[in-house]
Amino acid sequence: MLEPVIGLEIHVQLRTRTKMFCGCTPSFGEPPNTHTCAVCLGLPGSLPVANAGAIHFGLMIGLALESELAPRSIFHRKNYFYPDLPKGYQISQYDEPLCRGGRLGDVRIHRVHLEEDAAKLVHVGSSGRIHGSDESVVDFNRGGTPLAEIVTEPDLRSPEQASEWLKLLRTTLRALGVSDVNMEEGSLRCDANISLREAGSEELGTKTELKNMNSFRFIERGIRAEIERQRAIIDGGGAIEQETLHFDPASGAITSLRSKEEAHDYRYFPEPDLLPVEIDEDMIERARAALPELPAARAKRMQEAFAVSEDSARLLAFRPELGDFFEVALASGADPAPPPQALANWITVELVSRLPDGADPAESNVQAGALAKLVATASAGGVSVGAARQVLDRLVADGGADPQAIIDAEGLAALGGGEELAAIVRAALDANADAAERVRGGNAKAIGPIIGQVMRETNGRADGAEVTRLVHQQLGI
Amino acid sequence: MAIDRAEVLHVARLARLALSEDEIELMARELSAVLDHVARIKQLDLEGVAPSTHVVEVTGALRPDEPVPSFPREVVLSQAPEVSGEGFLVPSPQA
Amino acid sequence: MSARDLLALTAAQAAEASARGELDADELFELYRERAAADLADAEGLNCFTWVAAQAPAQPRAQAPLGGVPVAVKDLFCTEGIPSQSGSRILQGYLPPYTATSVERLADAGAPLLAKTNQDEFAMGSSTENSAFGPTLNPWDRERVPGGSSGGSAAAVAAGLAPWALGTDTGGSIRQPAALCGVVGLKPTYGAVSRYGMIAFASSLDQAGPLTRDVRDAALLLAHMAGRDICDATSLELREEIVLPSAEDLSGIRLGVPEELAGEGIEEGVLARFRGSLDRARELGAEVRDVHLPHAPHALSAYYVLAPAEASSNLARFDGVRYGLRVEGSDLLEMYTRTRHDGFGSEVKRRIMLGTYALSSGYYDAYYGRAQRVRTKIAEDFREVFALVDFIVTPTAPSVAFKLGEKTADPLAMYLNDYCTVPMSLAGIPAISIPCGLSEGLPVGLQIAGPAFSENRLFDVAHALERALAFDGAPARA
Ligand SMILES: [Mg+2]
Ligand SMILES: [Zn+2]
Repeated sequence: MLEPVIGLEIHVQLRTRTKMFCGCTPSFGEPPNTHTCAVCLGLPGSLPVANAGAIHFGLMIGLALESELAPRSIFHRKNYFYPDLPKGYQISQYDEPLCRGGRLGDVRIHRVHLEEDAAKLVHVGSSGRIHGSDESVVDFNRGGTPLAEIVTEPDLRSPEQASEWLKLLRTTLRALGVSDVNMEEGSLRCDANISLREAGSEELGTKTELKNMNSFRFIERGIRAEIERQRAIIDGGGAIEQETLHFDPASGAITSLRSKEEAHDYRYFPEPDLLPVEIDEDMIERARAALPELPAARAKRMQEAFAVSEDSARLLAFRPELGDFFEVALASGADPAPPPQALANWITVELVSRLPDGADPAESNVQAGALAKLVATASAGGVSVGAARQVLDRLVADGGADPQAIIDAEGLAALGGGEELAAIVRAALDANADAAERVRGGNAKAIGPIIGQVMRETNGRADGAEVTRLVHQQLGI
Repeated sequence: MAIDRAEVLHVARLARLALSEDEIELMARELSAVLDHVARIKQLDLEGVAPSTHVVEVTGALRPDEPVPSFPREVVLSQAPEVSGEGFLVPSPQA
Repeated sequence: MSARDLLALTAAQAAEASARGELDADELFELYRERAAADLADAEGLNCFTWVAAQAPAQPRAQAPLGGVPVAVKDLFCTEGIPSQSGSRILQGYLPPYTATSVERLADAGAPLLAKTNQDEFAMGSSTENSAFGPTLNPWDRERVPGGSSGGSAAAVAAGLAPWALGTDTGGSIRQPAALCGVVGLKPTYGAVSRYGMIAFASSLDQAGPLTRDVRDAALLLAHMAGRDICDATSLELREEIVLPSAEDLSGIRLGVPEELAGEGIEEGVLARFRGSLDRARELGAEVRDVHLPHAPHALSAYYVLAPAEASSNLARFDGVRYGLRVEGSDLLEMYTRTRHDGFGSEVKRRIMLGTYALSSGYYDAYYGRAQRVRTKIAEDFREVFALVDFIVTPTAPSVAFKLGEKTADPLAMYLNDYCTVPMSLAGIPAISIPCGLSEGLPVGLQIAGPAFSENRLFDVAHALERALAFDGAPARA
């Protein structure tokens, strides 16, 4: 039985005010080559100076991932030629990174280091300007944007787990406020190291590095495709070659990048234009003070403080806007207060399904306090679940602070065990004599059509459990 | 410490330098001579000696995260050998 | 003041006269501008310059501390809108959009830009023969080199074509041409002067410094360009302000002569002048004793690994994409390799190859890693010696100025020019070369080196010795 072993390498663009080594502001889709200077263009004589803000964000990430922060870390030069690399080297951290080790959820972190982003190369085909060549145009706006590179240990075992974990990382980084973490826009980029091994074995198989999976969907698809490719090779008696692969999301094809470039020899050496980065207690304290409550910690707190299920706590904490709405609703003073688990369900299932994908409920018509009251009323039996859903539809459409007013105006209040409901049940039994007979004979499922008619007659206001009790009572069972 | 033709070509490729036939021969000879001289440091006992990148200690070398104006694009492109519209024109790496 | 009187003034004297209103700074600028422009235009000239200002700057500078006394700077200092190509064909016609911090500071202090000076390409060389602009000649003997790489600056000051000049020193590139041209040259403590805007050779070694007629001029120029620059992470604030030297004796000063740098391999005429200088020092009250720098003989080897390694990376940006030369090819790779083949001269290519090799997979530890450790040992040697003596003195260069073409075919012979200057570069410490006499009619340099940040005391010692040695540079200005 072969088991996938997956590690991720994530590049995150940091949302600092300026670039990693110069005072240019990072560009967000501005016209090409308008956010550049002597340093990020690699002009002769220019020198890099490390951005204290990027180091601060790096430390925040390290703390959030429970990494060990290096008191002294070093920038190296990674030398290679490419038109998007203005100096002919990338300034990056190599054997002495800012952060080592750590953990997020079930996955261990190997290291976190800082580096500078490359520029953007746009292929323009052949304009005939350069004889006989296909041409590209270089835009240096992106060049020099600070990146944090986060490398995990190979602790992931499936494509779904990889994508799920990456979502946790994204939420965590978003909560930190250090990055936009948007895969489509390239502020979050993920490569995967993938190998297969005999389940239970401790040894690692030969790994490949898969690049260019620029959405969560493609992460799963790409990793799955690579696992299948490796499985087929191994099943066929072949051996995996260590190489870098490119995933084409359009076709789903995986191609080797090896043919493009001879074996790399990056000739790393310590960047002589920069001094070692010394981290003191002050810097660490400042980073620690800037940390918000992180999703994993929030989930744990919610589970403990509100006795909600682990699943609900994660759903709320990993989408901080849902967690915030939940906590605001609980604190809204609704009397009686809604049971937290019921409130969590209403938010993560009913409310989310009524709003656009990814929307923040705080920006919808629904007031947290109104939802709290509605859930409290429904939980106390004052309104049936079905009717409460109708009330929520109205809250989503029109807003309003008082769900009870809607219940009253629409006559949606739950029908209690009174004579009115008993009469409707009696009528339903008369109309479904066959079914009634089967229920009496011990076929519990036959009750369906009877309850269905009661619900139709009451517009869904009747409580299902009460109707069942009345049916049984009237049938004498 | 002779450095041969193949090594010269490999290093020239890493350094993106074209070399003529004459230059390859000359380079192999001259590099070998210099490397012979330089290789004397291999005789030194440097066990336990820390490497130094900078010999003078400096601190406070970080830059505050505060923007400085960028260059206007005309300036950026003014020295370029080939320009296309808003950027630098180069032969495509894919080609 | 007559032109002859103006020319006789040192830069500091001129600045002082300008401040007192006794000298018209525009007149001084024009005098030097015409002399420099004539050399630039003359095919039979010294070829000191790559560019000369067309006119004096608009703003009067008499009230600024440097009094409007113009300065010539090595081609590799970026100057906004003014050609700056580090002596290389690959930067032909390059006009930087910004000015180097040191040059800007000097202009702000009242030393406007007079001219750009010739140099070895990317500061790689000891003779100023490796230049896209052709070689510079030594004003003491036009068949000889001025030294290098800051040969244009040294020759210009020696010949009275510039009042003072800026050079850069990576392994001796200020001190050695200063010695060969009979002027004063200082390599400051690493980090004392911002490197921002200096087209880099080897980042961990490059330092800008003055080339001047005398020690006071050197102190005055350094005082107005030194100090921390936010744009250079390796720059730093000096521990004390630079003051003009005034010492006239050396009583209580301990001078150390390292046997390793003052004996074998040094030309006899140079050694004779060196020994004469030691005698003068004793007469001034200095105690002279032998010391040892046991790793100094390995400095050149370490240097010829470290400097080319850094250079190979620093010069990777010259790729034909954003500025400078481009030679088209059938694809990107060919564009790169042809551009760099045609753009770089042979010495630069040799060092790029050497440095790339030293950093490449499988060789890093044997070369780069070991060289960095040798560097540590050399710095330790100096620290130990400076516990025993205040300064170290050596000849600056092993020989007087050599003939043009004499060493171009033998890289190793050329590299040996830096034998006495490279150890101080690796240790990052300040060292000054002052003229100490003539040998066969050619200037000989005396090098004095001190601990990091000892510039003020170094100037004092150099000043006292300079007075006693009474070198006359006038013949080169004739
Ligand atoms: Mg990276
Ligand atoms: Zn910039």
